[in-house]
Amino acid sequence: MTHTVLIADDEPNIVVSLEFLLKREGHRVLIARDGAEALAMIRAERPRLVLLDAMMPGLSGFDLCETLRSDPALAGTRIVMLTARSREADQARAMGAGADAFVAKPFSTRDLAARIRGLLA
Amino acid sequence: MKPGRLAPLIAPGVALGLWSLGGAVVFLSVLGPRGAALRQAVFQALEATWMVMFLWWLGAAVLLGWLAQRARHRLIVAPQRLLGAMRIAAADETMDSVPDIAHTPETQALAQEIDRLLGQRRALASYMARLVADASRSVAEQRDQLAALMTELDHAVVVCNREGRILLYNGRMRALARRISGRGGGDSAGAELIGLGRSIHALIDKAALDHALDRVEARIARGADGSAAAAQFVTASDAGHLLRASVAPVRRTDFAEMGGEADDSDGSDPEALTGFLLMLDDITEDHERQTRRDRALQDMYERSRAAVANMQAALDMLEYPDLGAADHDRFLSVIRDEVAAMHRRLLADEEAAAQDIGSRWPLHDMLGTDLLAAAVRRLAATAGAPITTQPMAQDLWLLIDSFGLIGALDHLARRILALHPDPVLWLRLTPAGPRAHLDLGWVADGAALDPRDYSALPDEPMAQPVAGALSVREVVDRHGGEIWLERERDSFGGSGGGRFFRLLLPRATADTAPPESAIGSRPEFYDFGLFAAGHASADDNRKLSELAFTVFDCEMTGLDPAGGDEIIQIGALRIVNTRILRGETIDQLVDPQRSIPEAGIAIHHITPQMVRGQPAIAEVLPVFHRFAADSVLVGHNIAFDMRFLKLKEAATGLRFDHPLLDTLLLSSVLHPAEDSHSLEAVAARLGVEIGARHTALGDAIATAEVFVRMIPLLARQGIETLGQARAASDRSQFARLRY
Repeated sequence: MTHTVLIADDEPNIVVSLEFLLKREGHRVLIARDGAEALAMIRAERPRLVLLDAMMPGLSGFDLCETLRSDPALAGTRIVMLTARSREADQARAMGAGADAFVAKPFSTRDLAARIRGLLA
Repeated sequence: MKPGRLAPLIAPGVALGLWSLGGAVVFLSVLGPRGAALRQAVFQALEATWMVMFLWWLGAAVLLGWLAQRARHRLIVAPQRLLGAMRIAAADETMDSVPDIAHTPETQALAQEIDRLLGQRRALASYMARLVADASRSVAEQRDQLAALMTELDHAVVVCNREGRILLYNGRMRALARRISGRGGGDSAGAELIGLGRSIHALIDKAALDHALDRVEARIARGADGSAAAAQFVTASDAGHLLRASVAPVRRTDFAEMGGEADDSDGSDPEALTGFLLMLDDITEDHERQTRRDRALQDMYERSRAAVANMQAALDMLEYPDLGAADHDRFLSVIRDEVAAMHRRLLADEEAAAQDIGSRWPLHDMLGTDLLAAAVRRLAATAGAPITTQPMAQDLWLLIDSFGLIGALDHLARRILALHPDPVLWLRLTPAGPRAHLDLGWVADGAALDPRDYSALPDEPMAQPVAGALSVREVVDRHGGEIWLERERDSFGGSGGGRFFRLLLPRATADTAPPESAIGSRPEFYDFGLFAAGHASADDNRKLSELAFTVFDCEMTGLDPAGGDEIIQIGALRIVNTRILRGETIDQLVDPQRSIPEAGIAIHHITPQMVRGQPAIAEVLPVFHRFAADSVLVGHNIAFDMRFLKLKEAATGLRFDHPLLDTLLLSSVLHPAEDSHSLEAVAARLGVEIGARHTALGDAIATAEVFVRMIPLLARQGIETLGQARAASDRSQFARLRY
């Protein structure tokens, strides 16, 4: 089933692979380069799932996650946090902010695709 | 014979004659009428023989007089003279015989015995003087050595008594104190938080220090000794500097070894804490550097994880068999892009790490030729043969740890000699951009060894670690440098088959010049007399010779503070235990924030241009107040200066309620008959030369010297304590004058 998925990351080199992966999974892919752009696109396009990089310039992934979770209209949006920091504190922060999944970089794209499939099922 | 000498000679004879005559008159008169015949007969006989009788009497009188004189001289005069001579000899320790007097045989014998005793006293005194001189010299040498050692120490060190009064500190301590009190070269530079007799608590939090001392005492009580009893703590200064402090105990026994006079008379424990040694390190920079390093490391981890994630994802995509050519190229380009970025970051990180290592290890500037000369001497001694060097640039400066580096070269040379008997060793130093190449090479006859035999040398453990480094590579790493083995291509060193180790070392640039290389000369000394001092606060019952004084002088725009005249210069210095501390001074111009009358400029030579940009009195007085804390203020005609200070109390919130002494009043106490007690006149009387008259510090120094010379003179008049000096000043006629 086709869903709209948004990738919010300021690293073009990861975006290119994630975009390819998600398109192959059959989804419609939106791309945002920072937190503010992502928030605007989410409000406008209502994606089913958001891949959020935790450390984006401006509005960080953590902040964006909290903003999304505080908006009842977006309650159904699945959120996956990506981060290059593997500290437990970051994972706890991500889950505390309301993320559905936390993925530490580097990761296997296969595993990521499986997690996304699980969240969209 | 003079009548004066004749009279005592015949006086006994006259007295005897008169007495005999009187006796005869009484005898004849008591006979009454019955004696008429006898009187008749006597007068007749006298009429015929009076001349004979007179001569007989005269002879007897002279004889008697002479005998009486001799007896007096022998029994009274000679012992009295001997007594006087003995008194003089007793008072003068340099005399080894009583003065020549009119001796009698008895006093002569007595004088000889006294001379013998005086001789013994003289010998004993000179023996004692020799012992004292030897002991003093030894103590002075030890103190000088200690002072020199302290000067050379890389650490800031201060020794305090139990109350925290400073007895000794070194130049680094002073530099540190200046830095952390924010006075390093600032406008108010010159005022010190640190100084002999001052409290260390102005620098270090008292509670933290007391806690550390409690720990030290607890460890001593448990039997810990020396460094095992030391306690460490980290504290922050008021200005936010992080200080790492190490507190080691100074006990009665340690103090005696330092050359102090351990007073055991009170029977207290010789192991008791009489003071402490405090070693301070400003770790603010270390801490910041560590924080920066941690952050950089964390950043590097995150960037690496992100880069690996990007490459991993791209590789995953490349594994899809149905990937189009365009997508294939795109993912390959992602990987190339990430690899290149990672390479760039690695190089940058490596450079930063090398700089960091360099900044952590104390490197110093050294001229390349000096390094080569030192290395040649050392290696020639090791190899037992001269070392060849190549001509090099004269102005090549390196930033190195020369001790460690020469030790490392020595180790390499020893190992090369062990592998290859009788090689010709050579050294070469050449510039290479921002770095320099230091090459240690050798040319050896016979079969060439496998390069692998040499290439491990830099990494093998050295027999003796050099400056804490275990291997040659570790020494080189400290320089942020590199070492490798190369084959010599040109003909330097003889045959072309030579090899060399190349050490890549940093060159010194203008901005890498070592900071604080010269922190003044000797430390401002030490005063172990303060160990004995209890509480150093000013006290009327304490002797002048034991007190701390701040001698100061001000220059003003005019003579009328109430009429708007202001202070334009303050000079001050301290006296502790009668010693003038010339290293602890204030010499500060002050912006009066008003005009300076021409008449005044003619005297003090301070022009409006000179005070422009200087701190105002509101900034300077707090510094002076701290400088003068816990001391007696001394000045010449101090009441005049005090009027200016007192007028500023309300505005600055400072109270100048120190005890005061005035050298003008003290001079009038010492020399009441003198007309003039001006600073010049007093200085001239006491043999003090005035250097720079009418500069605040110049006058303060002259006043201090005058005051120090007054202390023993006052003591001779029974004025020994502060209270006595103040009372005597109050009684002086000058004190009744109003200024």
